[in-house]
Amino acid sequence: MIMQDYWYIREGFEQRIKEYLALAPVVEVDLEFEVMEKDFNSAGKGSSETKNLLKRLGVESDILRRVAVSAYEAEINMAAHSRGGKMISEVYDDHIHVRFEDIGPGIENIDQAMVPGYSTADELVRELGFGAGLGLPNIKKNCDAMHIRSAKDSPTLLEFIIYFG
Amino acid sequence: MNLRDILTLLEGEILYPEVDLDREVPCAFASDMISDILMCTKEPTLLLTGLTNNQIIRVSDMIDIVGIVFVRGKKPLEDVIEMAEERGLPIITTKFSLYRCSGLLYNAGLRSCKIQ
Repeated sequence: MIMQDYWYIREGFEQRIKEYLALAPVVEVDLEFEVMEKDFNSAGKGSSETKNLLKRLGVESDILRRVAVSAYEAEINMAAHSRGGKMISEVYDDHIHVRFEDIGPGIENIDQAMVPGYSTADELVRELGFGAGLGLPNIKKNCDAMHIRSAKDSPTLLEFIIYFG
Repeated sequence: MNLRDILTLLEGEILYPEVDLDREVPCAFASDMISDILMCTKEPTLLLTGLTNNQIIRVSDMIDIVGIVFVRGKKPLEDVIEMAEERGLPIITTKFSLYRCSGLLYNAGLRSCKIQ
């Protein structure tokens, strides 16, 4: 079992991310949602509620879309590929940090999972319109920082950070 | 172009009655893959699709969808129609194929949404 750490930080955000991770400031508002295996009736609710919260806080629409798309892709991934887990949205004064922690079965090769078009989705998931192999690349495209920690037969942590301006 | 024009061009049927047919539709996108839709839609967009499950309505919570056209005579189940109604999201069904719908709307001047 090889524990893999994948990091992506958007160019120009290195210093902000480094300072945030070092300072670990107090969270202002947080929301937690349970995501269940193959529950496509509920999947997406956490992302909707997170977006609505930011909207009420006055976050501008392009940022709202980027947060919602990233969160939704990750939430669907959790329902489609994991045995379940939780989504935690933490709102700070200038950014949002969303964490997805599942109970396995883990990603065998993260670099491969990041390749656009690569998918391990099953038939049920594909019938619903998912499984294009664009989930992780789409999160990367929309966030300012993204981290995945996983190994085969292990829990996965996926987290992303998006700044409000 | 507004929803009324689209309904006429596609010989469509609205799936719940309280819809503002005068709503302007600036552009459109067509796909049966949800990640494609999420990746490509960055402005108010009419969505044409063959997907009818509840997640296609959920997608409209994330991005700015001005209406959905279900192609090839597809109709979502009642609970999915209710989800759209709760959101005030206009939904239309047409017997035409995705290709034919896209062609008809494009010829009538409805542009493609901008893809970056």
